[in-house]
Amino acid sequence: MVAQVHEMSPGSAADAKPSPGGGFLLENACHRDIFTAEKFSEEQRAFYKTALDFVEKEVVPHHKEIEVKAEGLMPRLLRKAGELGFHMIDIPERFGGLGLDKTTSLLVSEAIARQGSFSVALGAHNGIGMLPLVFYGSDALRNEWLPKFATAEIIGAYALTEPGSGSDALGAKTTAVLSPDGKHWILNGSKMWITNAGIADVFTVFAKIDGKKFSAFFVDAKSPGLTVGAEEHKMGIRGSSTCALTFEDVKVPKENLLGEEGRGHKIAFNILNIGRLRLGVAVMGGAKRVLEVATLYAKERKQFGKSLTEFRIIQQKLADMAVGIYTAESMSYRTTGLVDIAASRSAKDDPEHEKHLQDVLEEYNIESSIMKVFGSEVLDSVVDDGVQIHGGYGYSEEYAVEVAYRDSRINRIFEGTNEINRMLIPGTILKRAMKGELDVLPVAQEVQQSLSKAQSPIPPLGDGPLAQEVQLAELVRRATVYVVATAAMKLMTELEKEQEQLTLLADMCIDTYAIDSTVRRAIQAAKDDPQNVALHEAMATVAAYTIYERALARARRIVIELFPDEDQYTRAMELRRLDINETLPLFPLQRMIAAKVIEAGAYPLHYLR
Amino acid sequence: MKILVTMKRVTDYERKVKIAPDGSHLITEGMNFVANPFDEIAVEEALRLTKAHGGEVVVFSAGPKDAAQQIRQGLAMGADRGIHLLTDKELDSDAVARLLAKVVDQEKPDLVILGKQATDDDANQAGQLLAGYLGWAQGTFASKHEGLEGPEEKAQKPGLAIEGGKVHVVREVDGGLETIALDMPAVVTTDLRLNHPRFTTLPNIMKAKKKKLDEVTAESLGVDLSPKVKMLRFSEPPARTAGQIVDSVDTLIHKLKNERKVIA
Ligand SMILES: Cc1cc2nc3c(=O)[nH]c(=O)nc-3n(C[C@H](O)[C@H](O)[C@H](O)COP(=O)(O)OP(=O)(O)OC[C@H]3O[C@@H](n4cnc5c(N)ncnc54)[C@H](O)[C@@H]3O)c2cc1C
Repeated sequence: MVAQVHEMSPGSAADAKPSPGGGFLLENACHRDIFTAEKFSEEQRAFYKTALDFVEKEVVPHHKEIEVKAEGLMPRLLRKAGELGFHMIDIPERFGGLGLDKTTSLLVSEAIARQGSFSVALGAHNGIGMLPLVFYGSDALRNEWLPKFATAEIIGAYALTEPGSGSDALGAKTTAVLSPDGKHWILNGSKMWITNAGIADVFTVFAKIDGKKFSAFFVDAKSPGLTVGAEEHKMGIRGSSTCALTFEDVKVPKENLLGEEGRGHKIAFNILNIGRLRLGVAVMGGAKRVLEVATLYAKERKQFGKSLTEFRIIQQKLADMAVGIYTAESMSYRTTGLVDIAASRSAKDDPEHEKHLQDVLEEYNIESSIMKVFGSEVLDSVVDDGVQIHGGYGYSEEYAVEVAYRDSRINRIFEGTNEINRMLIPGTILKRAMKGELDVLPVAQEVQQSLSKAQSPIPPLGDGPLAQEVQLAELVRRATVYVVATAAMKLMTELEKEQEQLTLLADMCIDTYAIDSTVRRAIQAAKDDPQNVALHEAMATVAAYTIYERALARARRIVIELFPDEDQYTRAMELRRLDINETLPLFPLQRMIAAKVIEAGAYPLHYLR
Repeated sequence: MKILVTMKRVTDYERKVKIAPDGSHLITEGMNFVANPFDEIAVEEALRLTKAHGGEVVVFSAGPKDAAQQIRQGLAMGADRGIHLLTDKELDSDAVARLLAKVVDQEKPDLVILGKQATDDDANQAGQLLAGYLGWAQGTFASKHEGLEGPEEKAQKPGLAIEGGKVHVVREVDGGLETIALDMPAVVTTDLRLNHPRFTTLPNIMKAKKKKLDEVTAESLGVDLSPKVKMLRFSEPPARTAGQIVDSVDTLIHKLKNERKVIA
């Protein structure tokens, strides 16, 4: 049943056929090579090092001033980042940028995310603020503005959300009408929660032409009639500017329409696809920093005559943090690797390359949503453990972990709330299955048949140190495909309304991608990172058993809710066949992982080596 | 002007090294590696000098295949080309100095700038030995006046300056700073306060890939790498015992006299 498909094949990237979006549901990765952090090129590591050095030496030391929005500081830091080339990464070479791959781009984002407010401001500038222009601007607009974005001579922002439309972004009320002389668009309406609004020089603004055709416009912040509201007082990322905008007869040159009239939803969704990917990767930077400060604190703090690190429950927290990061890392760079291979099918200097890139990002939007949800929740659990390790001191503003705790929370809200992203995951899978783009149904049938037979549903998939974990990954995958298909068949179009079910289904898809990516990465570590292989294996084992146990519980809940009558028993019995009866003590592995964290004083698998 | 600088690959100084249980060697497997920070300062200083006076900066490193990363870091900072002496052997300072002397014979630089020491073995000898082998003047521990912080002041008074065919070196000595003038060619080693090395920008990292990096071997240079210094044993520094807080000066004196017996 396990076909030999190469998700990535180094050296022949251009003609390799990458696994399709959602492909992790079609087959277990046990015979597939995936991209991992261990495969970063020397150049990618060098970029990462520059970003890390920059954040540690130029940004983190200004942390206090950043958080009180010291006048002019954020623009100055963004310009410094510009001098090092950070804003050029996603600008195509023909517009004076570096046109680098997404792995590099996101690796740099990860390093930058060690300071929350700066990271959000930078992302609003060179991510959501700039990418609409990169993807949809006319050549004239791009030639004029992209070099200024590159240096941060101008700062960008992205204005989609309105007071009355957040999750329901397409419900925007801001309007655009063509002026009588046909030279300008006249914008009216208001926007809410716009990052960088207080420091931005240009905005990508979404508005409906004639109240109907949702479209995007590139707007100069100095345009008469455009007012920026007062700074919001926020729970976290306080150093990043967030304000409302109002538009009163704001004139925008006709040529500043981005893309076509009425195609603004495409822009909004494509920018969200890349935004989610980026957020999913960036959270790891924040999480790694928290793990460092928490470990350092735990080493120094003594209670009952011992360092906190000597207490088993503290060790377990450190291990949990590390395993969460490892899992997020495995999914993140597997995904950027997929995107890069698929993107490399079109030449970078092809004027259509950006279009192709968007199609690729759309192809992997299931993975992007997964990373966004999983990453933001890993970070939240890491900061929570971080505060707990600090005890009362973690509740004080004087400690970095308190700031990180507050900064983390926004990640579950923006770039589409986690609820919205969760609903998108099974929604997109089923839509693709209907269209025949993602062949889950034959897989589902096969799983269904094997479940109705009495014997164990899958033969052993291999040997080697992680054979059992591969088995677990396969069982999770089967359970997921089974519940997704069963729910779809039982509820048909009603499924859309069953948000509790959709959420559980999404969690199972997340679990599948998580366990598969983590186990596969650890297997590859035997070749790619032999010196740390024991650590990779411990991380994968802990992750695999934890995910497997919760995934089966979820599957059971799903069938019970789907078949509230007696049928549930048969179904639950069938699911039982996915249970393996042998399991493993995990505490010793967690202690071993904690020991490595304590020894390194940090997340123990550093990219620079 | 041609300046030869060194860039050693060392274990990350922020991570603790482990000693093999039998004390015979350090365990470097699984460690992170970085460029010796003193060498980064050397590269930075060389780049500032060639910016002011024109010329070429050549980066040299002796080490395993991966040491090419550290050379490329120097190239990404702005150096012009690299020379990589490929070896998996542990080198002592003398071997490095003899290797460098050969490279100097071939390259004929006007100045060799090295870190005063490497953060892994802290030997602090290669520069001095090299000057000895070459018979050149040496200025060790190049530094800068502590008070010089503002950008203008720094630009005015570099710790290394070339004037009238001599290189002027401000150096850290016990109790202060002294300025010496060396005839060129000369050997200079850098201290921590000489400058702040620049960040490598992303475009420069990409350009560095295209710069020339020659690989050479000890045999081709005719240098015998056998160490003159033998490492006998590694051990952890003894663990410090906890301090005590005493309630008065009298108790302190009493304890120093009777318990520690360090005063009479
Ligand atoms: C600090 C900060 C910075 C921001 N930066 C930007 C920016 O730069 N540009 C920009 O355009 N926007 C920005 N936003 C806005 C952000 O994207 C929105 O807040 C977000 O999309 C959620 O919208 P909302 O706040 O209106 O919440 P709502 O949409 O009102 O949601 C409220 C709750 O209801 C849930 N919910 C909503 N709809 C459904 C549904 N159909 N089914 C089930 N549950 C549902 C949500 O998940 C959420 O839990 C920012 C927000 C903040 C706080």
